[in-house]
Amino acid sequence: MESPERGQLGTSGSASQADEHMIIKDIPKEEKWLPGNAACPGCGLSLGLRLMAKAIEHPVVVMPASCGSVVQGGWPKSSASFPLLNIAMAAAGSAASGVSEALEALGKKGTVVAWAGDGGTADIGLQALSGAAERGENIIFVMYDNEAYMNTGIQRSSSTPHGAWTTTTPEGKREFKKEVAHIMMAHNLEYMATASVAFPTDFIEKLRKAEAHKGTKFIQLFSPCPPGWRIDYSKSIEVGKLAVQAGVWILYEYENGKVSISPISRPYLDAKKRRPLKDYLSLQGRFANVDEREATEIEKSVVEKWRFLSRFM
Amino acid sequence: MQTKVITGSRSVATAVMLAKPEVIAAYPVTPQTEIVEDIATFIEEKRLGSRFIKVDSEHSAMGACIGASSAGARTFTATSSQGLLYMDEVVHWAAHARLPIVMAVATRALAAPWSILNEHTDFMTQLTSGWIQIMAENNQDALDSMLQAYKIGEDPRVTLPVMVGLDGFILTHTSMPVEIPEQADIDSFLGERKPEFEIDVERPFTFGNVIDERYYIDMRHKMFESMQAAKEVIGSVSNEYKRLAGREYSMLECYNCDDAEHIIVSIGASSGDAREASDRLRKEGVKAGAVRIRVIRPFPSEEIAKALGGAETVTVVERSLSVGGGNILAHEIRSALYSAHGPEEAPFVKGFITGLGGKDITPNDYINMVGITRERPTGDEWFGLTGG
Repeated sequence: MESPERGQLGTSGSASQADEHMIIKDIPKEEKWLPGNAACPGCGLSLGLRLMAKAIEHPVVVMPASCGSVVQGGWPKSSASFPLLNIAMAAAGSAASGVSEALEALGKKGTVVAWAGDGGTADIGLQALSGAAERGENIIFVMYDNEAYMNTGIQRSSSTPHGAWTTTTPEGKREFKKEVAHIMMAHNLEYMATASVAFPTDFIEKLRKAEAHKGTKFIQLFSPCPPGWRIDYSKSIEVGKLAVQAGVWILYEYENGKVSISPISRPYLDAKKRRPLKDYLSLQGRFANVDEREATEIEKSVVEKWRFLSRFM
Repeated sequence: MQTKVITGSRSVATAVMLAKPEVIAAYPVTPQTEIVEDIATFIEEKRLGSRFIKVDSEHSAMGACIGASSAGARTFTATSSQGLLYMDEVVHWAAHARLPIVMAVATRALAAPWSILNEHTDFMTQLTSGWIQIMAENNQDALDSMLQAYKIGEDPRVTLPVMVGLDGFILTHTSMPVEIPEQADIDSFLGERKPEFEIDVERPFTFGNVIDERYYIDMRHKMFESMQAAKEVIGSVSNEYKRLAGREYSMLECYNCDDAEHIIVSIGASSGDAREASDRLRKEGVKAGAVRIRVIRPFPSEEIAKALGGAETVTVVERSLSVGGGNILAHEIRSALYSAHGPEEAPFVKGFITGLGGKDITPNDYINMVGITRERPTGDEWFGLTGG
């Protein structure tokens, strides 16, 4: 079996593919999301923002209420060395639209990036995002998906997966994760992708690809959260990789009505090559209550997700 | 300068055309709709170069205005009633973020039950928001106030958003002659917006991040001070506008007040009827006057104390209601008079709740309310109930 870590380093797949992809040492050294911020150790959101600011030369970030609101640091200081507009939780899509239209009207430069959590995207922010996408606003909307309301103390969102413990699902969530990416596929976006903070070069490449398109671009970024997922602070990347290897998190792009599975996830088109689901679940305290029956349900949802995407390949 | 017979909606849209905001974002709601329809037409006809973001909701309308205004654009939106309430969270955000957004509010009753007709409670729900609030009396006032709104809000001493109210249907859908200022005059009157802080990749700022408990109160105090400073700016902007348009506006307008013993206070489109009532009362030998409140935020306390201080009774007529508290305007007027003159010298202030959900207020109604005040000067009352 090919190692996804190696895939990410550009050594898997055919030689021509490998040549097209960046490797870790190609990531720009300059830090625009500054260290010393208020993120927890192992924070997926903070790593994601750091990578975003490396991928995009002049980001203008619009941030609704989220862990990001706190992580950036308190007035009069800030960890962002790029313009950062904080906004109400439901307003990421709308405020980003306004910034984008104004920058264009005034002839000012900058790439507008709405950076929202799963609550600010899948729940309270969905309408404004859908509106922006339908209008084709020139923005990149990144949903950093840590699969719960972490900033308010780990409450379930519609993006929390089945079986996961949160403070409002003490026995584990009964419902299944809302697939926001599938909803966004219905918006005929210029560019859409999923990514993971565990695969930085893939994320950076997708951001750069998104930036090259006009119109609304959407990236759903898998962002492990140690305190919320009940994992050790050192395990964020490991869990992020396992999610991909188990096929729970699928890295893909969607353009012109076609899904293209990203090289890192491509081996797992073959279900036999996927890591056992229990390897992914057992590493996380949030799934402690998941029994055999529920594990089977989750397994089925993974199979269904691959099958759904295969219709667009 | 030409005069046209136009609706209040067209007056607002014309003011927007003259002010040339770079970004407009709005969502349709009765009776505001003709404002956004007119603006869309002006843009299609290339008479207005704004980008018009046709958003998914009022919350998104204000969200988009906040984004655009933060990026340095001049912005506009308009709403009514349920729309204003749906927008409420970000209405407050806009003021706290010190963004000089201009919004027209076509006033309307709140549901349930459904009513699309006129009332001012929607407008009054925003008194704590930090917006400058001007209520127009007629279509000319609506156009002139809109243009002054940009100048007032964008003044560096103020940097607050401005809301211009106009009575739904009574003004928005009624035509009357309106003098349209020349574009060149408005261009030099308004100039370009020059924000002190704006989104700029060359000069990056973080806007609105967490502030701790030591300093938050100071931020609010600065807002408060800017709102107080707006009183002076409203005066100077009014003077400047008078030079170009010939019309003068103040925070409140007094009619027959100098020797008046009984003064009616009104707000909005029915104020002409209040003046008519004072004329008729004068013919009957009652020394009556009428005061129209034009600017309610900042509240013109000093002007009220001066205009009403010498009266025997004050009859405050409101198309709005704070359930459980009753009158909104009457309380503030009573407070201003009490503070300025003390309990012995302050006139009796009697509030009336009337005209809700589109109920008409006629000159006779005003005369009757003054009669009730003279008979029973204490205790606020309702007027116009059917007993149904």
